[in-house]
Formats: sequence, C-alpha cells, structure tokens
Amino acid sequence: MSSWLGTVLWLVGAAFDLVGCIGLVRLPDVYNRLQAGTKCVTLGTCLILLGTALLADCPACSAKAAMCLLFVLVTAPTAAHALARGAKVSGVPLWEGSVVDEWDATVDRGGERS
Amino acid sequence: MLAAAMLIILGSSAVLCLYRIGRGPTTPDRMVGIDILGVLVVGFASVACILSGRDFVINIALAWALLSFVGTLALAKHLEGKGFDE
Amino acid sequence: MKNRITLFAVCLLVWLLLVWPFGKGSAGAPDVLAGVVAAAVTVAVMREISTERADRWLNPVRWFWAAVYLVVLAYYIVRANLDVAYRVLHPAMPIRPGIVRVRTRLKGAGARTLLANSITLTPGTLSVEVTADGEILVHWINVTVTGIERVTERIVGRFEWFISRIAG
Repeated sequence: MSSWLGTVLWLVGAAFDLVGCIGLVRLPDVYNRLQAGTKCVTLGTCLILLGTALLADCPACSAKAAMCLLFVLVTAPTAAHALARGAKVSGVPLWEGSVVDEWDATVDRGGERS
Repeated sequence: MLAAAMLIILGSSAVLCLYRIGRGPTTPDRMVGIDILGVLVVGFASVACILSGRDFVINIALAWALLSFVGTLALAKHLEGKGFDE
Repeated sequence: MKNRITLFAVCLLVWLLLVWPFGKGSAGAPDVLAGVVAAAVTVAVMREISTERADRWLNPVRWFWAAVYLVVLAYYIVRANLDVAYRVLHPAMPIRPGIVRVRTRLKGAGARTLLANSITLTPGTLSVEVTADGEILVHWINVTVTGIERVTERIVGRFEWFISRIAG
C-alpha cells in the first residue's frame, strides 16, 4: 500500500518538476520565471521527498526525508523572495506586456528584512 | 521501469534549467536557474537514495538543500550590491 | 532562562530527528551526548542574537492553528500549481503580470515572514519586498483588480486571520 502510494507521489512530483522547468524556459521575464519555477518545483520536490519517506525501509531515512521536506518548504519561498528583490533592486525591467508596476525607487531600503 | 521514468523526467527538467542558465539573458535569470536546479538535485538525491538502496545518500539531499539555500541568498545579496548595467 | 531552555529543546529535537540514534545499527548514547553538546553550544552562541520570545513556541493553541493552517495552505499550494501549469502549458500563455502593493496589519518579523512566504506559495503571487511600515510589494501573474484595498482583500485576506493566531 505505502509503496504504491510512494510511487504515485514520485511520478506526480516529477511531472510538476518538469512543468516548472518548462515554465522557466517559456515565460517572458525573471519574475514570471521565478513564479513558475518556485511554485512547481517546490511542490514537485516536496512530493518526491514525501514519496521517499513512504518508500524508505529504514525509519532514519524517513525522518531525514521529512526534515528535508520541511526545510525545502520553508527556504524555497525565502530564496525566491531574495532573488526577486535582488532582480528588482538591480534594475531588471518587467516584461513589456505587464499591466501595472507600483514599485517606486523611494521604497525604504532600510526596512524589514525577511 | 520506474527508475528509467524518474531519470528521464528529472533529467529533462535539469536540461531545461541548464538551458535557462546558459541562455540568460540577464544575470538574475541565470541565478533563478541555479536556484531551481539546486531544488531539483535535492529531489533527485532522495530518489537515488531509494533506487540505489544506500541509506547515506539521503544525507546528500539534506546537505544540498542547506548549501543551495545559503548560496542563493549570497547570490541575491551580491545582486543587490551592484547595478544592472554591467 | 525559559527562552534558552526552549531553544535548547528545539535544537536537540532537530538533532535527534536528523541523526536518529534509535535503530539497531546506530551508535545510540554517544550520538545523543554529541547532540546535547551541540545544542548547548548553539544556545550559548545564539544568546546574543535571539531577541524574539522563544517560549511562545510552547503554546499548544498556536500549534493547533498551525496544523489547521498547514492544511489550508496545502489546498492553496495545489491550486496554485494547477493554475501555473495551465498558464505554462497553454499555447497562448494567458498572463497579465504586474507588481502591486498590499498592506498588512500584522506586526512582528516572524508573522510578516510567514505571510510573505505564504503569498509566494499561493496562486499567481510572489512577494518581492517587505517594507518597514507593513506594505508588501507582490508580483502578480494575472492582475484582475486594482486599488490597494481590493488587492489586499484578494491576496492577503485569506491568510491574515490564521497568521495572527499562529505568530501574532
């Protein structure tokens, strides 16, 4: 039962990874690529790790895979946030088809860091 | 069969990432590719742990997740420090 | 003192989960002892850095809401992924991207970090910048409404209530 479920989770996770990477290639600017990449690859990798936790036959491996899952879930959005701000601060323009940009240069740079 | 399927799907994802890293066009684009590739490798290492039957391989996934996160933060900090016009 | 004991317990728990010295083949007692030493060193080093009150981690009500929130977040994450997959695989790529500004009532770095990360993982939105006065700049892949009030309602409204109970 758990090996069957683990296999399904692996395949679904890998499919999400592939979709995320297709988005990384197809979408037009850094911010859209970050959206597709971060969301799909984070969920895909989390599903793969969950499948690993179910398929592993030693409890130590399951525990490590679960810790790794939590870690990826917390750090991936933080890394995406840092990259997006880095790209915006260094002046990468939005795609010309973008409809609105409420960023202004006077944003308080000494503000909250997360 | 399952091993081949996982290898092909994850391998083609990694190739797409490498395309974005090589092609650019801007430096942040390459950094996004590197970040995503790091997360892909974490999943790949955990798959390799089960398929190879060696328990210690899962440690590679853990260490890679930690180092890839720290590396991405360092790249982003570097990006904030310098202007975009080369 | 209470802060330091909590931090020590959390560090030791993470160590035990990572090392797992319970099975037949593992070293057992020496591993646990090494964990105690490592956690003690961490607490000694972190004393200067940690300013938030760590004993809030012990409140079971917060843990209950965190568990409920995890389920809600999982629902939004799956929806976000199906949404992104649709936009990426559609031949015409139906996107209307833009950067919008939202406002949050949440105080505290922990709560705002949790909110920013939740926004990044949910449908079509990616937080770009968190300012000191409680505004978040969000990259939105499909802008449907404008005006700070309505955008805030749309993006932040579904999380704020939970987060104020978890980390408020």
